[in-house]
Amino acid sequence: MKQQIAKRPVMAGANAPGRGKPGRMLRSKAVRVWTEMKKNKHAYVLMAPYFLIFCTFTVIPVLLSFALSFTNFNLLEQPRWIGWQNYARLFVQDDIFLIALKNTLLFAAITGPISYMACFIFAWLINELPPKLRAVLTLVLYAPSISGNTYLIWTLLFAGDSYGYANSFLMKWGFIMEPIQWLQDTRYVLTILILVQLWLSLGTSFLAFIAGLQNVDRTMYEAGSIDGIRNRWQELWFITLPAMRPQLMFGAVIQIASAFSVAEISIYLLGFPSVDYAAHTIVTHLVDYGTIRFEMGYASAIATVLFTIMLTVNLVTQKLLGKVGE
Amino acid sequence: MPKRLNRSWGVDILLFLLLGGVACFMALPLVFTISNAFKPIDEIFTFPPKLFVRNPTFKNFTDLVGIFSDSWVPFSRYVFNTFFIAIAGTVGHVILASAAAYPLAKIRFPGRKLLFSIVVLSLMFTAYVTQVPNYMIISYLGMINTYWAILLPAFGMTLGLYLMKQFMEQIPDALLEAGKIDGASEYRIYWQIVMPIVRPAWLTLIIFSLQSLWTNGSVTSHKFIYSEQLKTVDYVFGQIASGGLVRTGPVAAVTLLMMLVPITVFIVTQSSIIQTMSTSGLKE
Repeated sequence: MKQQIAKRPVMAGANAPGRGKPGRMLRSKAVRVWTEMKKNKHAYVLMAPYFLIFCTFTVIPVLLSFALSFTNFNLLEQPRWIGWQNYARLFVQDDIFLIALKNTLLFAAITGPISYMACFIFAWLINELPPKLRAVLTLVLYAPSISGNTYLIWTLLFAGDSYGYANSFLMKWGFIMEPIQWLQDTRYVLTILILVQLWLSLGTSFLAFIAGLQNVDRTMYEAGSIDGIRNRWQELWFITLPAMRPQLMFGAVIQIASAFSVAEISIYLLGFPSVDYAAHTIVTHLVDYGTIRFEMGYASAIATVLFTIMLTVNLVTQKLLGKVGE
Repeated sequence: MPKRLNRSWGVDILLFLLLGGVACFMALPLVFTISNAFKPIDEIFTFPPKLFVRNPTFKNFTDLVGIFSDSWVPFSRYVFNTFFIAIAGTVGHVILASAAAYPLAKIRFPGRKLLFSIVVLSLMFTAYVTQVPNYMIISYLGMINTYWAILLPAFGMTLGLYLMKQFMEQIPDALLEAGKIDGASEYRIYWQIVMPIVRPAWLTLIIFSLQSLWTNGSVTSHKFIYSEQLKTVDYVFGQIASGGLVRTGPVAAVTLLMMLVPITVFIVTQSSIIQTMSTSGLKE
């Protein structure tokens, strides 16, 4: 609750700092904040253990990497301060970064929304089933995310010789005459990457949506049917989705983060670097500089740029999600 | 279950066909892993690989036992390490993260918006670049080569906090105020009112946390842990795999075994994520 500041009459010659209206307001705001903090000290106690650990192992490393992005660091010697040089080099001289940027944006624009909607649709469908069936089906849909490296199966599917499943299927039906080098052909690699990512995408957000759907208040549905909601789609749009706004936001952040940070599957499936850099993403570029060329400062600069991009996308998504259900 | 609103039959069937189709597609790796574990060595190497096994055998598993019987440290130690890290990490993480999420969601204290934005922002920084500073911090704290090197960062995972906070936001304030009127302290409200209501959320968090600690135990552990006594099963299995072609059979068996624990936990928790009536205490 905001406490009102009592207005006191101003004395003559009261222009010294700390006196006069701004000084008084500053001091009483500080006092106000301090009393609020003391009133809510239980909040701080509850949060303390987690945030202590969080600061040590997440915040400080991020700040350190941000600082590293202004240096030249080859992991063997002390970092050397070079100011904005990394960033200048990144935008002006690095052509491959621009390719990576284009790839990543395209990739994220496609897999982001699709996988997000897929997570929600499947969570919604599964939610209708009885618990045992639901558990099994959830497991099946979540399986690709659990099973570690099994996306390497896709190398078999799209193998370049005529034994690969895709090739032999297409050749049998006469669509193509010779096998296509799927994983090596710059025209197809991005599409394949998108497919694999979509396959892997029913992960965290999927489970979060399932849990969220369970938490929606059932009485609202009854109220809705009394108020004239006629079919399932209206129910979905006007009741379920607005009720799930926090989970939708959570899912969005996670999906955006994972869509932008795709790198591992690109490396394992398509080679590092991929043919003609066709499937190079920002994170593979980063890993390239960090692991192979030992330029950790440059890699940190790339990470900071990626971070800014993700931040922007997140803010835009937040605005959009605010409109859900209206 | 309340009566369902109308929906055309056609759409129903279409949707469930879609679900069934996608489920078969997604089930491929599971089926493949299971059948691979039981294949005799000649079948593992046929190309193109067959999905189902013709002559199932347990030889891969017996081979596995043979490999482990002459390892330096008894196998049970590795198993213990893995379970310990996974369980301790999960329990610690769920409790700490939900304890921190509750004030962020429900208590109005100064600085809450700032704190929460910091948390969300940290999700967006690629883990790769923070590895080097992470190592420096852990070695500065003297935790290299102990369990804490894995457990402490696990307690502070961002995902948990974010998930719990979003769920806790939905709890009606009236319930909490009723608790306060009855004289409960904040801690009691957290433990006895809030946590039971957001049960689906922390059950889900248990799955995530367990799975990530179970499989990633080796990714982080080989950066921070050197002594054999503390290594996890995952890491050891990686070493088997690097034994080359001869080991392909046991590797397949091992992959299946490693998947079993997260899957079991998954099934158990999913069956118990039931509806919670969060307004059950209210009469409005």
